Amino acid sequence: MFNRRVKSRIFFLFFFFFIAVLIIFFTLKSLEDNVVYFFSPTEINNKFEIPFNKKIRIGGLVKEGSINREENKMNFIITDLKNEIIVFYEGLVPNLFSEGKGIVAEGRLNDKKYFIADKILAKHDENYMPPEVSEALEKSN
Amino acid sequence: MFKNFFPNKILSINNQFINGLIVFMIFIILLGLAYSLFISPKDYVQGDSVRIMYVHVPSSFISLGIFALIGTGSIFNLIFKIKFMPLITKSLAPIGTIFTLISIVTGSLWGKPTWGIWWVWDARLTSMLILLFFYLAYVCTWKFIINFEKANKISSIIAIVGLINLPIIKYSVDWWNTLHQPSSITLTSAPTIHHAMLIPLIIMLTGMIAYSLIIFLMKYKTELIKFKLNKNKNNR
Repeated sequence: MFNRRVKSRIFFLFFFFFIAVLIIFFTLKSLEDNVVYFFSPTEINNKFEIPFNKKIRIGGLVKEGSINREENKMNFIITDLKNEIIVFYEGLVPNLFSEGKGIVAEGRLNDKKYFIADKILAKHDENYMPPEVSEALEKSN
Repeated sequence: MFKNFFPNKILSINNQFINGLIVFMIFIILLGLAYSLFISPKDYVQGDSVRIMYVHVPSSFISLGIFALIGTGSIFNLIFKIKFMPLITKSLAPIGTIFTLISIVTGSLWGKPTWGIWWVWDARLTSMLILLFFYLAYVCTWKFIINFEKANKISSIIAIVGLINLPIIKYSVDWWNTLHQPSSITLTSAPTIHHAMLIPLIIMLTGMIAYSLIIFLMKYKTELIKFKLNKNKNNR
């Protein structure tokens, strides 16, 4: 079924494809810090060279009971259930911002524990269900 | 089954079949819209803005699926040189491009009320934009390169390189931290989407696949006729 011409075409195709995959893999690996959209509190904790004055993003869940509001200013805690970071923010928040829900904060790290955000984005997870089902689940828990 | 794509057979796919398909598609889409907009419940977190999902998700599936077909066909193109394969991949590209655009625009419209922002450069969104560029490059190659064989070769290479982007798009939400949420429907685990919302999703997907098939068939017929006319012209 495969004559020599077809065989050599298959070979070259696979070869160039493989090289392209390698190039893309190594490019994405080395740019990892720029490809990730945010760091989790644990990742911030474990990083050696923390960019203290660079704009970065931290993502996780808003810790229950941690939101404190004072006029326009607020502070709350982002947690990934293993580590936490305290966030200070002044301004508007999206509708979906609430305790126990996902969030991405963009801003600067003051030190390993404090983060000053200048933008807040809400992150929702992959679960979709009607409100009645969610209430029933909560009651049964 | 492949015989159906041979030029003689496809030209005899009379308008009756395509018309029947159009009627089916309209019915399914109307049913899907009734479910999506009215019958299905709102989401426990997002409320009614979740309803954009019923257009956004199927168009994303179709956009990726069609590019996978174009890429696979292009591999066959370069290796085996089947006569009608370039016409098939050429005819798939326009509708694939449209659905990529629809996915990006509806995604943006969904992101503003939920995330709070129209666009972010996270891995999922950026790789989808790159897919759009691949689609546009593919379509433009066929449009602007006059020589058929040259257009075929260049467009096939573009499609094959673009194939690498497909797993990146699909797994971007697993490999990296992204704002876009992980997949709700996977091959390996149960769906994390309630059945009352899964049903309209599937209905809309079926209708949009039917629409893609209609557009593809219409374009394929046109391309076949053009191809045969050119062949006759050159043989005179």
